[in-house]
Amino acid sequence: MKKLLVYLKGYEKETVLAPLFKMLEALFELFVPLVMAAVIDTGIARGDRDYIVRMCLLLIALGIIGLVCSITAQFFAARAATGFSTRLRHALFSHIQGLSYTEMDTVGTSTLITRMTSDINQVQSGVNLVLRLFLRSPFIVFGAMIMAFTVDTKAAWIFVVTIPLLSIVVFGIMLWTMPLYKRVQAALDSVLRLTRENLSGVRVIRAFNKEKEEQAHFQEQNEKLTGLQKFVGRISGLMNPITYVIVNGAIVVLLYTGALRVDGGVLTQGAVVALVNYMSQILVELVKLANLIITVTKAIACGNRIQGVFEVENSLRPGAYTGQENQIHSVEFDRVGLTYAGASNESLTDISFRAVTGETVGVIGGTGSGKTSLVNLIPRFYDATRGAVLYDGKDVKEYDPQALRKKIGIVPQKAVLFAGTIADNLRWGKPDATEEEMWEALTIAQAKEFVEKKEGKLSAVVAQGGKNLSGGQRQRLTIARALIRRPEVLILDDSASALDFATDAALRRAIAGMKERPITFIVSQRTSSILHADRIVVLDDGEIAGIGTHEQLLSCCPVYQEIYDSQFRDHKEGK
Amino acid sequence: MAKSVKKLDSKQIAILKKVLRYMKRYWFFLGLSLVLAAVTVASTLYLPLLIGDAVDCLLGPGKVDFDGLFSILATMGVLIAVTAFAQWVMNVCNNKMTYQIVRDIRNEAFAKIEILPLKYIDGHAHGEVVSRVIADVDQFSDGLLMGFTQLFSGVLTIFGTLGFMLSVNVGITMVVLFVTPVSLLVASFIAKRTFQMFRKQSEARGEQTALIDEMIGNQKVVQAFGQEKESLKRFDEINGRLQKYSLQAIFFSSITNPATRFVNSLVYTGVGIAGAFAALSGHLSVGQLTSFLSYANQYTKPFNEISGVVTELQNAIACAGRVFELIEEQPQVPEPADAVVLRDVRGKVELKDVSFSYTPEQKLIEELNLAVRPGQRIAIVGPTGCGKTTVINLLMRFYDVCGGRIQVEGTDIRQLTRESLRAGYGMVLQETWLRYGTVRDNIAIGKPDATMEEVVAAAKACHAHSFIRRLPKGYDTVIGEDGGSLSQGQKQLLCISRVMLCSPPMLILDEATSSIDTRTELKIQNAFAKLMEGRTSFIVAHRLSTIREADCILVMKDGKIIEQGKHDWLLAQNGFYARLYNSQFAQ
Repeated sequence: MKKLLVYLKGYEKETVLAPLFKMLEALFELFVPLVMAAVIDTGIARGDRDYIVRMCLLLIALGIIGLVCSITAQFFAARAATGFSTRLRHALFSHIQGLSYTEMDTVGTSTLITRMTSDINQVQSGVNLVLRLFLRSPFIVFGAMIMAFTVDTKAAWIFVVTIPLLSIVVFGIMLWTMPLYKRVQAALDSVLRLTRENLSGVRVIRAFNKEKEEQAHFQEQNEKLTGLQKFVGRISGLMNPITYVIVNGAIVVLLYTGALRVDGGVLTQGAVVALVNYMSQILVELVKLANLIITVTKAIACGNRIQGVFEVENSLRPGAYTGQENQIHSVEFDRVGLTYAGASNESLTDISFRAVTGETVGVIGGTGSGKTSLVNLIPRFYDATRGAVLYDGKDVKEYDPQALRKKIGIVPQKAVLFAGTIADNLRWGKPDATEEEMWEALTIAQAKEFVEKKEGKLSAVVAQGGKNLSGGQRQRLTIARALIRRPEVLILDDSASALDFATDAALRRAIAGMKERPITFIVSQRTSSILHADRIVVLDDGEIAGIGTHEQLLSCCPVYQEIYDSQFRDHKEGK
Repeated sequence: MAKSVKKLDSKQIAILKKVLRYMKRYWFFLGLSLVLAAVTVASTLYLPLLIGDAVDCLLGPGKVDFDGLFSILATMGVLIAVTAFAQWVMNVCNNKMTYQIVRDIRNEAFAKIEILPLKYIDGHAHGEVVSRVIADVDQFSDGLLMGFTQLFSGVLTIFGTLGFMLSVNVGITMVVLFVTPVSLLVASFIAKRTFQMFRKQSEARGEQTALIDEMIGNQKVVQAFGQEKESLKRFDEINGRLQKYSLQAIFFSSITNPATRFVNSLVYTGVGIAGAFAALSGHLSVGQLTSFLSYANQYTKPFNEISGVVTELQNAIACAGRVFELIEEQPQVPEPADAVVLRDVRGKVELKDVSFSYTPEQKLIEELNLAVRPGQRIAIVGPTGCGKTTVINLLMRFYDVCGGRIQVEGTDIRQLTRESLRAGYGMVLQETWLRYGTVRDNIAIGKPDATMEEVVAAAKACHAHSFIRRLPKGYDTVIGEDGGSLSQGQKQLLCISRVMLCSPPMLILDEATSSIDTRTELKIQNAFAKLMEGRTSFIVAHRLSTIREADCILVMKDGKIIEQGKHDWLLAQNGFYARLYNSQFAQ
């Protein structure tokens, strides 16, 4: 959390002024009981009406000054807090954007989104409250004590005893219950989980006749939650009665001591009233302080979580090389191995092959055989943990990732589009693309026909995630987005899964007919998609089970034969 | 305040009545709590009066009335003890009542979820139902139950204070009475002004969250296309606006407290000046002035609280309404009292003139007839949305037929207990569902008493054993909700193992292998073949390779069976099935 405070930089003035003005307000508030004492002792005792009126005007003046100070303080606090959170959000967003795939996998997207939104909001209100109250409350507590000393030293000792006693009760109960509240939250989470599970798994639960057991399980968890809640409630319910006893007990003692002092002529009646007033003020502020501390602890926890994200370092060390302008490019895997962070086994082992401009490489294998891992190494989404991936003869680790990725067109497995128009989405591939270029890319991607039918054509609106388009349409747009930049390398990661066989075939033909043919990688589970590739890499459990053309593999690679048979056996027999 | 209470319409009153029904079980605690609240308020209010009396005993040097003082101080001591005790017991009562009512409502809501018709669960967003059971109930307990007691003691405090003040001095009471509403007016004035600002803030916040969701959620694509700078630019634009609106909203709303505090200090001053003058003319003692000053402070507090409580109360009623809506939802058709327990299932299933639709306007299945002999393998194929999965829903009685009937072993399934019917089927769906728990628990869900050997054997038969073994703790690995880090294929293998372990007499496989690669599928096919041996099975698939070996293929289109027969025969017919089949391998 501490390290986050640098984002208050530029708001030093506000950060200092806000509590300062708040303290001024508190200071004026502390004078009120004294003025009232003067009214009693001087005004009433002497029957001086003018004096009473003057003193009351003074009270109003104190109120106005307090109001002005307080509003000034609120303004500075709000400015510092919102400025802080704005800068923090900017820094965090840009930090997250710089994280590589490895970090995104380990941290998890939903966590990051929570950090960016609700956690930062919590921290913001924490900062705001701290600036406003953190000095005010202790100031009033100790100020009241000091004022008591100015009134009467002996009576003031009652304050010296009462304040620590109150603090022990208030903060003790708070410290005791805080970890318990965490347990309550955990219990609530499991009740929530059970509810969600029973909704999403309703078919399975009913198919296995688990309703009664689930209900019993739920009741058990629910009872646990209730028990915890009652337990915590009983403890925190002690706070009010105990503090009430302490403060009012202190007032009783104060009245008794006051009586002795008044009798001895040391104190006046008004002074005793002032002391009683100070005592009441203390309790109010201590309770406020306790609530504030709860909010601040929450904010600090959120802050630490945010700090945790900042501490996640990008494991990808960017190089400086930006590549060369060749006619012929090459991608080469040299005994590449890949172990994901936290995994115990290699996901890719000893991968070696080479492809040059104009060639098509098919990558095939079962679920989890490492197909996507393999192509993800080319744009440096992950770094090889053994061996090297070379682009144009140079290790991709020496490239600037941004420059390297500019050369590559990727169509990911999941067809993701962004809110905007079709043209906006295509411009992701090439920011300065002309309409002509857009149509060309759409034509190759077999998307021209449906885009032409859309109202507004290129300026047709795409909803977030492309929800207003069918799976096949989305996929073809993502292909066009990759093609429009005329990539040197084109990666189609199982990107034709939502296309029917005819469109898939037409797409492959169109890509083969492109003027500047890229090095094309086609990842697929379907043999039909990669049948005609110049080279097919067959992966099995992260290792190359065979490499060659369709015919070669059919005759000598058992894994490939099995895959092929599983999809074509009957078809052949059927014909 | 009065205005908002009037706004309670008949519907809200109906909800309140239901809440009272839940409270009835805890009437003793409710009554006790109310009595104690009254005691607390009364004694809390009496204390300033005593302090005032005590102050009056301190007339000056040598003039202190110690006897009077001691008796007052003793009374104070007793009063303080009584108040503290009453407060504590009241807290305990409220806690007990609140949390137990919350527990009761949650239990009832959950029990309802278990017997809701699938139609409801399919038709409602799960997140929404969850939030009714969790968030709404929480809001309800915070608002309604806490609100009740706060409202009660708040109103008591106001009237009590008034009474006490009137008993001391009428004139000064009037001062308090007339100045106090000003603070309420100020508060509501500010609240109205800031509402707009808060709306703008939450709009900007929503916009920003959407962008974060989109850009960070799809960061891989953003990076692949080097769009980081572009999206940061858009982010900053919204961020700037958010800063502006937040500043306004926070600042203006934070004026409320100082402003009301200022008004309160006016009240204080007013009491001071009026009290001092009254004291001068002998109508008021200094001690009474002291009591008045502390009443003036106390009097304004419940007003601010109550206006908050009323809003919360209305919110709570709305929340309670949502929970009750769920609890009162029509449950599935109950089983008849004489429901038959299905025994000795051989696998004879008949569909007679079955018709079904999810909504009356859109007919789906009409006059579906099918007779399945024990041990037959029925494949159901057809384009998306033709009603394949619906047939499964009807077989399992997740939905009831609208017309006609389905018979198992010659008995209408509506005459059977749901439990025995469903126990007859083993089901694997396209959507895998795993729960938070160990791998072993997930496999043994249908047979909790299965031995480890049985579990391993089932997993081996489904080719799941090898990947399970590689998990950090093997069969004891805890997987997160909905499978956590497992791949789609691995999850499906676990779901298949689950059925394998139970080995029920009939099988339903709804796209069970669609997320598994063809080579693994080929291997599982053997396991499936073994599983299906001698068992009636229904297989839904759009991957035709999965269903070639079926005894009977039902080709469905628009809810009707348009072709029926064996693979070769259907191909030879050169009809819809042949077209469907060939389209998959068209080059």
